[in-house]
Amino acid sequence: MLYSKKVLDHFSNPRNVGELQDANGIGEVGSPACGDIMRMYIKVEDNRISDISFKTFGCGAAIATSSMATELIKGKTIDEALKLTNQAVVEALEGLPPVKIHCSVLAEQAVKSAIADYYTRQGLDPAPLIGILQPDVQT
Amino acid sequence: MNIVEERFVYADNAATTQVSEQVLTAMLPWLKEGYGNPSSIYRKGREALAAVDQARARVAGAIGASPNEIFFTGSGSEADNWAIGGIARALGKKGKKHIITSAFEHHAVLHTVHALKNEGFDITLLPVYDDGIVRVADVSAAIREDTALVSIMYANNEIGTIQPISDIGALCRAKEVIFHTDAVQAVGHIDIDVKAQNIDLLSLSGHKIHAQKGIGTLYIRKGLPRFPNLIEGGDQEAGRRAGTENVPAIVGLGIAMEAVCKGIDKRNDMIRPKRDRLMDEILKIPRSHLNGHREKRLPGNANISFEGIEGESLLLMLDMKGIAASSGSACTSGSLDPSHVLLAIGLPHEIAHGSLRLSINEETTDEDVQYILEVLPGVVERLRSMSPLWDQITGKHIG
Repeated sequence: MLYSKKVLDHFSNPRNVGELQDANGIGEVGSPACGDIMRMYIKVEDNRISDISFKTFGCGAAIATSSMATELIKGKTIDEALKLTNQAVVEALEGLPPVKIHCSVLAEQAVKSAIADYYTRQGLDPAPLIGILQPDVQT
Repeated sequence: MNIVEERFVYADNAATTQVSEQVLTAMLPWLKEGYGNPSSIYRKGREALAAVDQARARVAGAIGASPNEIFFTGSGSEADNWAIGGIARALGKKGKKHIITSAFEHHAVLHTVHALKNEGFDITLLPVYDDGIVRVADVSAAIREDTALVSIMYANNEIGTIQPISDIGALCRAKEVIFHTDAVQAVGHIDIDVKAQNIDLLSLSGHKIHAQKGIGTLYIRKGLPRFPNLIEGGDQEAGRRAGTENVPAIVGLGIAMEAVCKGIDKRNDMIRPKRDRLMDEILKIPRSHLNGHREKRLPGNANISFEGIEGESLLLMLDMKGIAASSGSACTSGSLDPSHVLLAIGLPHEIAHGSLRLSINEETTDEDVQYILEVLPGVVERLRSMSPLWDQITGKHIG
């Protein structure tokens, strides 16, 4: 199974790793039993994701997709961030082995989960804006 | 401060080994001018046949068998499939439709047994407890009137734990049940005498013992009931395994077996202290766990889990530093579940995902060991610094 150079780069030099102390939205997806957990921290100001970070427990693709996802939505508005698809993450990484595509799906869900948490904290119901997240997602 | 410069360290001998100079030299003439078909009547054919016979005698001698009990196969997996499937089908016809094996056999055994289950065989999977060792009492209790076969691996490929094969052999002989052992990981690390140990069938594989890939052997004790062939066709291997003999590979296997089954204790005495040092130092990393019995394991094997991190990313980082090893995580096992071996010894999924298998051999140097010890803790720490699971374990989550 071959990882692209981009994937290996994001794996060995992940962008935005860490915890955001002043995050106002935190989402976590995956489970220890599955071997994949992504936790995404966002700071939303004026409807824009002004800062973002992540922590991931998982394989090379899991780390690379979560890193790329943070890079793709940093500085974007919430609406723009909600439009992020796993396909966009895969393309930005110049491809993933078929068996690893599910990692990119998890990254997309991590983004949505963080935004949903932001909405919840604002006292808004996130469901109509974000749609129903997959069952193994916690917000 | 790092003492050892960056280097390539191969710590995955349980996966495969390098072909030795001695084996390579022995094989080459049979790839070049020695191309005869051993079944041919002319000189070139007879010469090839003689080489095959000589290899057969070498393999037999190395495990205490007779040459006419040695059958060459294309792999250890083929030997497992043939032995288990064959005995099952032969004895199944006589009403013996029960097979006993262990929960952590190699997939070549487990999948074969699973296929037999779908054909109506009754399968007992013996537990391996948290130390990775089958209990003889469990084998005894499991044997029934209709038991066709007991198949227990000699040493486990992932955690290296060594099974009580002599005791199981004696038990099966006393109860008149056929006993097979997958000895692929044990050959060359443990002295084997199939007669003394009451072993009826034994599988072994060339590429684990410095011969090439694509060659294995099934030992079949003379006197066992005849069982069907896996591969039908010409009469090679006394009519039991068709296909023109892979002469160079067979020659190589003979040389490899003779070499590796000699001086086992002396070689182990060299390997064990290095492995023990690796194990002791690595286990100083917080929240790390040794998988499987500490003493009853192959002298070159260390299998350790690190809480909070995942195996594939661990291997990738080690690879970037030139270290080759393997893991039992789901991502590396190609399935959604982590290694069935680690689950069989009772590891929770998340700890099984964070496992590392190092398998060193007599060529691993002190510098190699030192290098691993210098690189590994930093890699574990880095992955833990990126892991939300580690934060959770250490109670450090924010939000």
